[in-house]
Amino acid sequence: MFDQFDTNVILENLHFLIAGMQLTLLLTVAAICGGLVLGTLLALARLSGFWILSLISSTYVNFFRSMPLILVIFWFYFLVPLILGQPVGGYYSVLIAFVLFEAAYYCEIIRAGIQSVRKGQVYAGQAVGLNYFQNMRYIVLPQAFRNMVPVLLTQAIILFQDTSLVYVVGVKDFLVSADLVANRENRILEMFTTVACVYLIMCLSGSILIRKLQRRYAL
Amino acid sequence: MQYNWDWGVIFREPYQEWIISGIGWTISVSIAAWILAFSLGSIIGILRTTNNRISRRIATVYVEIFRNIPLIVQMFLWYFVFPELLPNDAGMWVKREMPMPEFTTAAVCLGLYTASRVAEQVRSGIQSIGQGQNNAGLATGLTTVQVYRYILLPVGYRIMIPPLTSEFLTIFKNSSVALTIGVLEITAQARQIEEYTFQGFEAFTTATVLYILVTSIVMILMRVVEGRVSIPGMISLGAK
Repeated sequence: MFDQFDTNVILENLHFLIAGMQLTLLLTVAAICGGLVLGTLLALARLSGFWILSLISSTYVNFFRSMPLILVIFWFYFLVPLILGQPVGGYYSVLIAFVLFEAAYYCEIIRAGIQSVRKGQVYAGQAVGLNYFQNMRYIVLPQAFRNMVPVLLTQAIILFQDTSLVYVVGVKDFLVSADLVANRENRILEMFTTVACVYLIMCLSGSILIRKLQRRYAL
Repeated sequence: MQYNWDWGVIFREPYQEWIISGIGWTISVSIAAWILAFSLGSIIGILRTTNNRISRRIATVYVEIFRNIPLIVQMFLWYFVFPELLPNDAGMWVKREMPMPEFTTAAVCLGLYTASRVAEQVRSGIQSIGQGQNNAGLATGLTTVQVYRYILLPVGYRIMIPPLTSEFLTIFKNSSVALTIGVLEITAQARQIEEYTFQGFEAFTTATVLYILVTSIVMILMRVVEGRVSIPGMISLGAK
């Protein structure tokens, strides 16, 4: 019960928890960057007008979106060492899993963003003599990204929460670090409550911030 | 890459049995959780659209709390922490004597978590109908309850079918998180087969195919339902 709530165990293991949180954040940022790049490419392929490219892209997206993230993590935890022929450690396997998985979700967000740019803008770009890449680079993508920013940031928060699933392969992120401390010191109540509060505060302030940004920068 | 293919492994005993029981658990957890998520989510979503400040506040707090803690952490909270907070007897009952403790905890946790997401869909579904219909109902002398019962909810739920379908598919995928508290659903069984036989390809492919299969069946079914109940003149909303 709460009268035995021991805050010392949290303070004593603080550096350990912070190291875990650093890994969680590192994984989140790396997955966002990789996912954004791959997701943009997939979205461009989907909208390119070449049926083979858009078929590949839509198959990829539907495939990853119908699988649970945990299964994807298991897949790559098993596949990556097998393909490379040597153990690489859990971190790189889950990073690859997250990038490929998130790319499917980012692709859909980016596609919707690009489609939200009015056709007239594209025609205007073509009329002044821009080629496809210039048109994308200077006209479509800047506007599209501005429309997408709130959704992309919300997805980033979801990704931040999802990284806790690396628990299933034991990569030492925030949750796993807390779990190790909880079991070593037999302080399950304190550690899991702390974890929940930290995630709640971080995600809640993140989503409040997004709402404020959205109100200020809406096109 | 060195790998010995053996597709027969998934049809051999006991692995075939594991797979069947795994998909059974996945579906049971999903459906049990969905019943809870749908009923509670509807109530909370409706509360968020009412004019009462207190009920709106309560519903908002619920949504924000359950949406902003990772599902796996909530799973641990319900499984490990919640029984400790109860009085001794009740805690003991939850931990030991409750029928199928892992399954029940997983279904309740997943249901409460998804309720917050369903609530958001219900809220935006009702709000998308617009103030006009609400006012028209009130003007003809209906009470607030009647406006919800006869106008907002029947129209709202028909608009909400596509987003609610995708919420159900999310619950179906999220049921894999139940493996962290020991529910042997399909992902857990695939992992277990991999550990016993080293036939990871076959095991994970089976799980993947089953997930895709169920997802496709649900999507086809719901498209039929959607077509049957769609509101004429609201195609764009329905197709979203």
